[in-house]
Amino acid sequence: MTKPAEISAAETANENLPKEKFEELEKFINGLETTKGALIEILHKAQDIFGYLPRDVQLYVARKLGIPGAEVFGVVSFYSYFTTKPRGKHTISVCMGTACFVRGADKIIERLKEKLGIESNEITEDGLFTLKDVRCIGACGLAPVVMIDDKVYGRVKEEELDEIINTYRNQEVKH
Amino acid sequence: MSKFRTNIMVCGGTGCLASDSEKVFKNLKLILKARGYADEVQVIKTGCFGFCEQGPIVKIEPDNVLYVRVGPKDAKDIIDEHIIKGRTVDRLLYREPDKGKKAHKQEDMPFYKKQLRIALRNCGLVNPEDIYEYIALGGYEALGKVLTTKSQKDVIDIVKKSGLRGRGGGGFPTGLKWEITSKQPGKTKFIICNADEGDPGAFMDRSILEGDPHSVLEAMAIGGYAIGADKGIIYIRAEYPLAIQRLNIALKQAREMGLLGENIFNTDFSFDIDIKYGAGAFVCGEETALINSCEGKRGEPNYKPPYPAEKGYFGHPTCVNNVETFANIPPIILKGPQWFASIGTEKSKGTKVFALAGKINNVGLVEVPMGITLREIIYDIGGGIQGGRKFKAVQTGGPSGGVITEEDLDTPIDYDSLTAIGSMMGSGGMIVMDETDNMVDIAKFYLEFTMDESCGRCTPCRIGTKRLYEMLNKITSGKATMADIDAMKQLCYMIKDGSLCGLGQTAPNPVISTMKHFWNEYLALIKDVDNYQEEGRYIATNKDGTTIRS
Amino acid sequence: MKVKSLEELKKIREESMDKVNLREHGEINEDKIEILVGMATCGISSGARETLNEFVEEIKKEKLNNVKVIPVGCIGYCHSEPTVQVNISGEKPVLYGNVKGKRVHEIIEKHIKGGKPVENLILHVDFERA
Repeated sequence: MTKPAEISAAETANENLPKEKFEELEKFINGLETTKGALIEILHKAQDIFGYLPRDVQLYVARKLGIPGAEVFGVVSFYSYFTTKPRGKHTISVCMGTACFVRGADKIIERLKEKLGIESNEITEDGLFTLKDVRCIGACGLAPVVMIDDKVYGRVKEEELDEIINTYRNQEVKH
Repeated sequence: MSKFRTNIMVCGGTGCLASDSEKVFKNLKLILKARGYADEVQVIKTGCFGFCEQGPIVKIEPDNVLYVRVGPKDAKDIIDEHIIKGRTVDRLLYREPDKGKKAHKQEDMPFYKKQLRIALRNCGLVNPEDIYEYIALGGYEALGKVLTTKSQKDVIDIVKKSGLRGRGGGGFPTGLKWEITSKQPGKTKFIICNADEGDPGAFMDRSILEGDPHSVLEAMAIGGYAIGADKGIIYIRAEYPLAIQRLNIALKQAREMGLLGENIFNTDFSFDIDIKYGAGAFVCGEETALINSCEGKRGEPNYKPPYPAEKGYFGHPTCVNNVETFANIPPIILKGPQWFASIGTEKSKGTKVFALAGKINNVGLVEVPMGITLREIIYDIGGGIQGGRKFKAVQTGGPSGGVITEEDLDTPIDYDSLTAIGSMMGSGGMIVMDETDNMVDIAKFYLEFTMDESCGRCTPCRIGTKRLYEMLNKITSGKATMADIDAMKQLCYMIKDGSLCGLGQTAPNPVISTMKHFWNEYLALIKDVDNYQEEGRYIATNKDGTTIRS
Repeated sequence: MKVKSLEELKKIREESMDKVNLREHGEINEDKIEILVGMATCGISSGARETLNEFVEEIKKEKLNNVKVIPVGCIGYCHSEPTVQVNISGEKPVLYGNVKGKRVHEIIEKHIKGGKPVENLILHVDFERA
């Protein structure tokens, strides 16, 4: 579900990506028995290391494997699990599986968009939250479900959203 | 057993033992001996009948009579009345709680009509991270039996005879798939487990992998042996971290015990399994797309033929089966194909796991014999509709399926009957909707999903689903005319007929089936419905209850 | 240890039997109790990990050395997660639903120590296993 707007070929390499992370990735790639058919596996690892897959990382993988950058980008943009944008400190995932949908998940995500002032797959101004709609996290018994990082909030009501968001905002204030 | 004319089976399960079945067993034996029938009638202690609530249970075979709550004192009547005089002991028969109706035979009991767990047999029972518990319940015995006593052809024949069909939704006979792959030339072959469960609202495969990962590994090795593959691949969604973790533990344990690896059971057969991660693409459930993704490419489907059985993973013959399909294999090998084929309907054998969700009281995972009706699943197992509201429809087959309404609730579930009523078996998602759900919204929801998930390779699907979604949006915003509806119908069939793979071919199903069953809900949203007539069906009910007429 | 033949596998099976006998048949002589906690994604997201930890803590605290807590997979009762099954030798297994917080303590006190199942938490099991 990567949107075309997220992707820009003109984007210059202005990201400050630490050298150690590239080294970690290189070590992983060198350790593979074969790189044949391993592109997705490598991209998973890269996203683990960097948190997202910026242009520079994609190009690095392409050069390392000796394949065109377009091929790497083709794969990155195809799969919804890969993201080319940095994530907020917390990721709010709203389950849009059918079970959650019939129990009102569509209203929940609309409210969240209003409250956070962002669309799906965007990051809030303060960098605290990324909002995502995801397909079925498998807690259908608790529908509708909102997941913040690894914590699952079940049977969520619209009225409860403020309180949930505020717990994360307050944590920031305390720190 | 043949020398005995009758067998009396006494349940020796935990529940029945707790309620004195041991004494019942002893008394039955004593009285038989005293009456001089000990040579003709045998008393056997069996495993749990699963009906502990009514224990101790005693079953008489071949009469197929089941007695419940049998006390030690009842032994005399069972022998004197039933065995000697041939009269059933009425007071010991099971009665349905609300009706007081007596059930003679096991099959008549509502309890037994419901769930039977084959694929889920170990889920919730074994510690998935302990291979010894799996072995204690008969694990890896099927693999041992196959490798040491059966030929490849034997195994394929067993699976063919069992009548097992693919549980991922397609329903292709598993044995036949194995046979085709086994007959391909070439030394290198692959067997792939499809664990890319993408249907929103379905979690059967995840539960099996999290609860009983070894059963899938064992079955893959059996499949590998049958088709002549020494390498297996599990393609699993990256969104299932717990399942991945448990699979990795299981793989490690199986390798340590030599149940995967070189020369398994000291035979010539070597087999190992790799895990490949998906990255969030529904279309990768389609087997050619899945294979492309395994190769590290975009998960776009290929034109078939060639089928994966001929040219699959990196051009080698490849067999792709679903997680639940695999989970059925070890019991089939151990209990025999006849046992499996005795469960279910004529063309659909065995059981099916469903993820029951939506507006239903008992949301959960159920495994039922094929042939059970949707009504039984929704009302007897699912406990009916939430909040006492009225049932409206149930969607099976996820975004590729259709809605089933009240009038079809009594259809016995199998692959063919579900297709006949305009839906499909699918992978096992079952979403229940009540009277408050608007069906046009539901159709739109599914279309949004398929539009998002269309891989973009072929035009009918890529552009068609987008246009279809836009039309549905126009309808729900109240701006559509009847001309739009006509165009939409046409578009549905164009997408169905023109798309390359199953995703596109089935994408319009939710729209087609909601239009068929809930035409009024579409009409109620149309601007110029007053000017329109179609086969005399131009009367619609508005949301506020007023009637629209031409 | 590598398994080399079907016989060896069967031997391992025999030796491992006591791990599951209680669950399958309730046929062991020792005074052993098992608590199975459903730990699949659905259970964990409903708090099964906390429940499991509480059982372990409480058992340690009470020094109930014959009680074992075992994580298992999904039993399918998503509507009542977390689910917990208590197996006591010679008794019918009892399945509990919505086991959280104080209820852990209640099950330990009444059922594990007192021998009386907590009626209002019991779930009806409506399936048989092949």
